[in-house]
Amino acid sequence: MSAVLDRPATDIVTEGAIRIDDVVKIYDPDGAAVMAVDHCSIDIPAGEICMIVGPSGCGKTTLLNAIAGFHGITSGSIHLDGELLCGPGQPQAEPGSDRIVVFQNGALFPWKTNLDNIAFGPMMAGKLSKQEIYDKARAMMADAGLSGTENNFPGEVSSGLRRRVEIVRALMNDPKVLLFDEPYRALDSLTKSVMHEALLEIYYRNKVTIFFITHDLEEAIFLGHRLVIMSSRPCKPKKIVEVDIPHPRDYSVLTSPRFREIMNEAKGVVHEEAQKAFDAGEKEG
Amino acid sequence: MSNTLDSTAGPQGAEVTTMTLTMHRVSSWLKSPRPYLMLIGFAAVLGFWFLSVEIWKLPRFVDMPGPTEVFSEWFSKDPYYGLSIYTPEYYKHIGISLRRIGFAFLLATGLGVPLGLFLGWSKSFREYIFPLFEVLRPIPVLAWVPLAIIMFAGSETPVIFLTFLASFFATTLNTMLGVESIDESYSRAARCLGANRWQTFRHVVVPGAMPYIFTGLQISIGVAWFSLVAGEMVSGQYGLGYLINTAYMMIEYPKIIIGMITLGIVGYSTSALVRLLGDYLMQWRVRELALGDN
Amino acid sequence: MAIKKFKDKLFSRATFRGITAIVIFVIIWEVGARSEQLFGYRFPFLGLVPPPSDVLASWGGLIGDPSYWQSWYMSFLRVFGGFAAAMIIGIPLGLFMAVNRTFYGMSFPTFEILRPIPPLAWVPASIIFWPTQELSIAFVTFLGAFYTIVINVLGGARSINKQFLQAAQSMGASQWDIFRRIVLPATLPSIVVGSAVGMGITWEVVVAAEMISGGGSSGGGAGGGLGFFIWSSYVGGSYEQIVVGMISIGIAGYFSSELLRQLGGLLTPWLKTR
Repeated sequence: MSAVLDRPATDIVTEGAIRIDDVVKIYDPDGAAVMAVDHCSIDIPAGEICMIVGPSGCGKTTLLNAIAGFHGITSGSIHLDGELLCGPGQPQAEPGSDRIVVFQNGALFPWKTNLDNIAFGPMMAGKLSKQEIYDKARAMMADAGLSGTENNFPGEVSSGLRRRVEIVRALMNDPKVLLFDEPYRALDSLTKSVMHEALLEIYYRNKVTIFFITHDLEEAIFLGHRLVIMSSRPCKPKKIVEVDIPHPRDYSVLTSPRFREIMNEAKGVVHEEAQKAFDAGEKEG
Repeated sequence: MSNTLDSTAGPQGAEVTTMTLTMHRVSSWLKSPRPYLMLIGFAAVLGFWFLSVEIWKLPRFVDMPGPTEVFSEWFSKDPYYGLSIYTPEYYKHIGISLRRIGFAFLLATGLGVPLGLFLGWSKSFREYIFPLFEVLRPIPVLAWVPLAIIMFAGSETPVIFLTFLASFFATTLNTMLGVESIDESYSRAARCLGANRWQTFRHVVVPGAMPYIFTGLQISIGVAWFSLVAGEMVSGQYGLGYLINTAYMMIEYPKIIIGMITLGIVGYSTSALVRLLGDYLMQWRVRELALGDN
Repeated sequence: MAIKKFKDKLFSRATFRGITAIVIFVIIWEVGARSEQLFGYRFPFLGLVPPPSDVLASWGGLIGDPSYWQSWYMSFLRVFGGFAAAMIIGIPLGLFMAVNRTFYGMSFPTFEILRPIPPLAWVPASIIFWPTQELSIAFVTFLGAFYTIVINVLGGARSINKQFLQAAQSMGASQWDIFRRIVLPATLPSIVVGSAVGMGITWEVVVAAEMISGGGSSGGGAGGGLGFFIWSSYVGGSYEQIVVGMISIGIAGYFSSELLRQLGGLLTPWLKTR
């Protein structure tokens, strides 16, 4: 197991640095241009947990989809470890197993067992033998405390368990970056805090860069090295908050004075943006 | 409760669970008023048929064959009109209808499912083909009867063509809707995990559309029987529709009712078969539903 | 804005592609049908079908023929008669089955046993039972739509969100209020869906019943309807008219379903906001 550091350690994690440079995304439905992302620049060092915080519908997911390669950008560029993902001459990134998305409502294939879901990525790549892949999948499930659910279908296990299986499925591919699109949104707050600790535990074992979208400030401060608070539509970084609470963290952090201080610092900005988004919604509706 | 049962149980445990679940369901069904109400319902219908035709001899009803006449013919070793469960003639009609249904249904499934999958999967293919499909679809299948007779020689091919046509539209349309119903995050997840276009099709599109495909096949087998009967009544030799129609012409009325009941039983059995096949291929749904029920 | 959207749709790539495919289909049909004249070799299947140009010419001749329009009228009359009867009996029956458990337990299994019998298998029995041919056609037509409507109404009424009922009760609604203001409107979307499907089946049944009864021994020329029109064209050997009849039924069926959909949209305005 690698040493645990309070800051992302570029000497241990060498891959997975994302550089988002002046990205603009304009949607053009029915000729009415809508700007979703407005000249957005974020630098994420390798191995950092970067929390993107903003009100619902502010365009955070647009940014995530651009990194994942689900749609293109209008201008600007995104690099992963110095290599161009999308930018001039390459409007849309190619989706790949170096950047894996954990979806908002979960995207475990309901028609495959948990084990088959986890083995999916390597099976598609076809580089290892089936035996090797399934041995590795079983070992990773055991590590994540998922033994005994290998032959269950995702629909048969609790939603918390499903999220864990989905993260293990992503990690099977040794990704450089995990992209989380509000994965715990639908969970109740008690389950959520258990999931947060489990996620950190997985992170401490498999250091990857994490790009995590949320609108839950508590979740953001508990998990992240850094919070990027976004303005409401169009989406643009408004304030960056460093979370200097040392890792590894557990739930006791939630009651620490430093946590409260950071919460206070971030709350005002987040609330202001939420109010703006709400008012804008009122006008549109 | 079901959750704890299943998360501790392995694959063997799951089978035991299904078994006990079934047992539990059967016993609670017997304890509920449902089976007895069902019997009362059957008795009421049969009783009304018997009384109105054979005892009260109500006007109009008296022309109909009564239940005694029908059932004694149906189960007679020496049937008066020559058709009962002991005559090979009876099974020949069933067999020929089944053969036509089987052939048309397999052809419609074999062509309709791939066509529907591609219609749902490729946007440009859909833009070319779907309007043509929509233009042809409002024409009732049975309006094709004369044209089918002109186009295809003999009396057998037109009947199979009609049966096929009805199934084909239902299967294709539902398969296409099935592909469109798949949540986009599944194919996105597959691409994230390194699946190419063909792998995504094979591992996401096909299983994802499966529930709709089987809904389509259920409808398809129903409309297949619907148009088969019409086809057999107009043209063709043998088959249950033909049996009913000739029985009418020859004034052998009990045979009409025997033919109708047989059609009901055989039709129900074939759609039950399709449902079982669907359950077998979609284990994940069966298990999810079992949990939901409990 | 609406006009612009409509224009965009009219000149979009999708419309262009759809029309292209249909035009190609018609050309293949025309060439295939005339293959014997053109190539001296008759294409399989298509070579036996009348070409679209002849169909169009024949249609042009029929437009002024009152007996052609009489066929339309007769079929519409039968469809809407059978369909209305299925609605009038099917909707209350479905609702009652959903509300009353005892009645449901008694009638539903019987219903499920009768349902797999295709409506057309009822034709001879119906002819024996009903005094006139018109009534027997009406009965079979009714059966076609009846099952679908009952099943949809029943399904819709049984899947009502229980919280709606509880909310109404907590606000002091009576049983009748609950039925009229909750159960009925909540079932409306299912009624609309069931009717649309039922309408399609009704056309199928009417066409077949007209063909079977007309194609048999009896049957009147003017009272035949479109199904009989097709059948008598076949018997009379004017194959172009068969295709004219098919297209006419297609158009009639399409507009009946569209009418129902529009009507359904008016009855369930709250579904539009989704």
